[in-house]
Amino acid sequence: MSATAIKIDDPNVFHLEEEPHHEEGASTALGFWLYLMSDCLIFAMLFAVFGVLGGNYAAGPGPKELFDLELVAVNTAMLLFSSITYGFAMLAMVKNNKSQTLIWLAVTGLFGLAFLGIELYEFAHLIHEGATPQRSAFLSAFFTLVGTHGLHVTFGIIWLVTLMVQVSWKGLIPANKRRLMCLSMFWHFLDVIWIGVFTFVYLMGMLR
Amino acid sequence: MNADTLIPLIFGRLTPEALPLHEPILVVTMIVVALGGVALVGALTYFKLWSYLWKEWFTTVDHKKIGIMYMILGLIMFCRGFADAIMMRLQQAMAFGGSEGYLNAHHYDQVFTAHGVIMIFFVAMPMVTGIMNYVVPLQIGARDVSFPFLNNFSFWMTTAGAIIVMASLFVGEFARTGWLAYPPLSGIGYSPGVGVDYYIWALQIAGVGTTLSGINLIATIVKMRAPGMGMMKMPVFTWTSLCTNVLIVASFPVLTAVLALLTLDRYVGTNFFTNDFGGNPMMYVNLIWIWGHPEVYILILPLFGVFSEVASTFSGKKLFGYTSMVYATVVITILSYLVWLHHFFTMGSGASVNSFFGITTMIISIPTGAKIFNWLFTMYRGRIRFELPMMWLIAFMLTFVIGGMTGVMLAVPPADFVLHNSLFLIAHFHNVIIGGVLFGLFAAINFWWPKAFGFKLDKFWGLVSFWCWVPGFWLAFAPLYVLGLMGVTRRMRVFDDPSLQIWFVIAAIGAGVIALGIAAMFVQFAVSIINRDKLRDTTGDPWGGRTLEWATSSPPPDYNFASTPIVHDSDAWWDMKKRGYKRPLSGYRAIHMPSNTGTGVIISGLCLVMGLALVWYIWWLAALTFIGVLVVSIAHTFNYKRDYYIPEDEVRQTEEARTRALAGTEA
Amino acid sequence: MSADNHSSEAHDAHHDADHGAHDGHDHGSFKTYMIGFVLSVILTAIPFGLVMTGVLPTQATALIVMGLAVVQIVVHMIYFLHMNTKSEGGWTMLALIFTIIVVVIALSGSLWVMYHLNTNMMPTHEMSGMG
Repeated sequence: MSATAIKIDDPNVFHLEEEPHHEEGASTALGFWLYLMSDCLIFAMLFAVFGVLGGNYAAGPGPKELFDLELVAVNTAMLLFSSITYGFAMLAMVKNNKSQTLIWLAVTGLFGLAFLGIELYEFAHLIHEGATPQRSAFLSAFFTLVGTHGLHVTFGIIWLVTLMVQVSWKGLIPANKRRLMCLSMFWHFLDVIWIGVFTFVYLMGMLR
Repeated sequence: MNADTLIPLIFGRLTPEALPLHEPILVVTMIVVALGGVALVGALTYFKLWSYLWKEWFTTVDHKKIGIMYMILGLIMFCRGFADAIMMRLQQAMAFGGSEGYLNAHHYDQVFTAHGVIMIFFVAMPMVTGIMNYVVPLQIGARDVSFPFLNNFSFWMTTAGAIIVMASLFVGEFARTGWLAYPPLSGIGYSPGVGVDYYIWALQIAGVGTTLSGINLIATIVKMRAPGMGMMKMPVFTWTSLCTNVLIVASFPVLTAVLALLTLDRYVGTNFFTNDFGGNPMMYVNLIWIWGHPEVYILILPLFGVFSEVASTFSGKKLFGYTSMVYATVVITILSYLVWLHHFFTMGSGASVNSFFGITTMIISIPTGAKIFNWLFTMYRGRIRFELPMMWLIAFMLTFVIGGMTGVMLAVPPADFVLHNSLFLIAHFHNVIIGGVLFGLFAAINFWWPKAFGFKLDKFWGLVSFWCWVPGFWLAFAPLYVLGLMGVTRRMRVFDDPSLQIWFVIAAIGAGVIALGIAAMFVQFAVSIINRDKLRDTTGDPWGGRTLEWATSSPPPDYNFASTPIVHDSDAWWDMKKRGYKRPLSGYRAIHMPSNTGTGVIISGLCLVMGLALVWYIWWLAALTFIGVLVVSIAHTFNYKRDYYIPEDEVRQTEEARTRALAGTEA
Repeated sequence: MSADNHSSEAHDAHHDADHGAHDGHDHGSFKTYMIGFVLSVILTAIPFGLVMTGVLPTQATALIVMGLAVVQIVVHMIYFLHMNTKSEGGWTMLALIFTIIVVVIALSGSLWVMYHLNTNMMPTHEMSGMG
């Protein structure tokens, strides 16, 4: 490689002698990060809509009548734990320990499912109380923002299960490691968005 | 369970009434398209071309072929969009003195909506994506884009969106809301039919393709440049492509979100943009233009890049002010996020908000002005060759600049209060889009066609097209400036004031002249293909090019470059030619390439059916195809073997053929 | 050729065992994940506690809650997402900064614009606190 570096500086050399070893999937991490940035924008727009319409209760129920902060705290804990267990999965992956990776992935998935379960319970309860997405612009914005986050978690779990199957099958080959890296970014990103959600929707909602 | 409950369950709200058999124009169109379609399918079957098409084109991951397919899609949809334009011009020229014209409101409103949607999303966007796809990897000395499969997928998603729009012509109807579908008109209350739903799903599906394409090209430009090509040695077209794709990734998600909210309002009954229960339709306008303004820069920036390449190549001179060009492009990219409110000065945000956005709008014209001067200074004291791309550059500079100036007029809020939504606005944006985007695309097509196909385009018919387009454009749109200043509103179908008619008649004549220009362009293509041996380019560098794409053969081999070039200067190819580089004649190696795949076609096909199912409320089909998309996507990830090697022998044979061709030219 | 491959694979595996960062990406360590985790717990508990107990006046609570959210996002970025200026030659950071700029413009711009539109155009609209 250093031989090539010398040749690049030589102004009379116009072609590489040795093809650069274009690492398979060299662009993957950057490409996925760019996708995450675009996803961040979608969430930003949903936050903007919540910011603008979030006070329009249309004479219906508002945050103080509806939000159960204790439940939200538990939910937040579930997601935070899932983030740390994914981190442990990545540490195991780097050490090439397939079974440990799979175990931590499974635990992550369980925490993710717990998060979703609690959220679905919360939604069902709200709807039962008449606080449906159709009731007011505030509720439309609430269900859409929180629901979109939940949908992302759902897809994340499907992806996680798929990756567990693929890691079991092919082991921790470079392609699978790349995929685990991407899911890692995705998973932590969802936790970042959740910080925004619990702050601006739930906590600030109670303070309005 | 009887027929009355079963049929709606199976077919949703699709009924035989959805076929517009009572509209004679549509019936004729349906017959023509059906006959044409049968003829095409018949010919393909007779000549046994399906296998070839599938293997070589539909499943390709080669950026060059995908670029060509984007251009073909754009050109086909251009014919449809232009047909809508002719229909409007005819109607508006006729409908005076009590005459209702030949289009009722129900039809006319769909025509102007479809015209805008098609021209922006299914003509301009695909064609701009097409040239970036074709040219950028070649210009940076790469073999393909970063994500070749995603590239194929993006193309088919765009095509699926186009098919959905075309389907609305024959089954059901299209939106009647204008190309941005403002609520409450586009809400379920005022537009309960399928039109707005066709609009939504066509755009959402195509939007996925566009966003992924944006990510793809940014990664490509960042990661896959040839050694030695630092950022400030990239060709200007690559710079404008980078900024364009940044705009795409940073704006299309906004469109996705806004359309999703409109969809929820329509399908689920939420209250984002309704008039009651706390909704606010003005928020839609605000958000859609946060997307909409960057969108117009997405359309124009690549063409600014084309013009930079054309100016330097056909003046025989290095581009003047490379650094300031780059800075101007980056500044435009950032500033495009600070002007969006100028699209709705009149919605009532008040003086302080309007002033801010009026000022930012005027500021954003400055970097564009700098670019115009740079092109002029590039041409100054150059040895100008009046080939077609150069002619289109000159036409662009004269046309676009005036359009830009009318834009600055509109940027003044009090003036905009008079001119907003008048024909002056229509004239302005057609002035910049046709003068900028379309003339730029014509320049690009004439410039890079020889590279893509190995022979030049016929100059005579190109000149015919040029001399029809340029006067035709002015004939068609100058009257609209006049009408706008006189106060005529856009999207009007019938007029009371007979003194206005003459202007509409002139505009209709202009549209006719443009039609001749378009016809001449297709004749140019046909004549060039027929005479391709006479127009053949065997050097790969018919114009005395300056950038790396001209270092390859015409057309380039699948792998683009047998050995990766090393770059020492901007205008890399010019530098190589000047300093006597020699093409390597040995040391060929097997080349690693990505494999073709049908997955993109399949997933897009499923999305197409899903979109149509959602339009017609066929829930079981929507659910089924959605699951299908998931299953196919996941299954695709289980395929780890997606590449192959072009054997060393084949590379050697291809390169030696090129050596012979070049020797033949020199002899 | 295959001998080269084998030795490079062995080399890579050797590196993995050593410091696990041979692919150019930072993967963190047990220590950094735990720091991030503990910080996140604290930065979550305080806002929830303040809101649920209401010990501070509303304005102050709101500011602290929002401020700590920003801090926690930064913690996640550093300790979980391994955000740094080196990754991908600085392009990751650049992409993030550009996205943040666009988000800030779109969010603050929308709030500003909609506030004025609502004031001027919806006179009977309840002006319940926005943003």
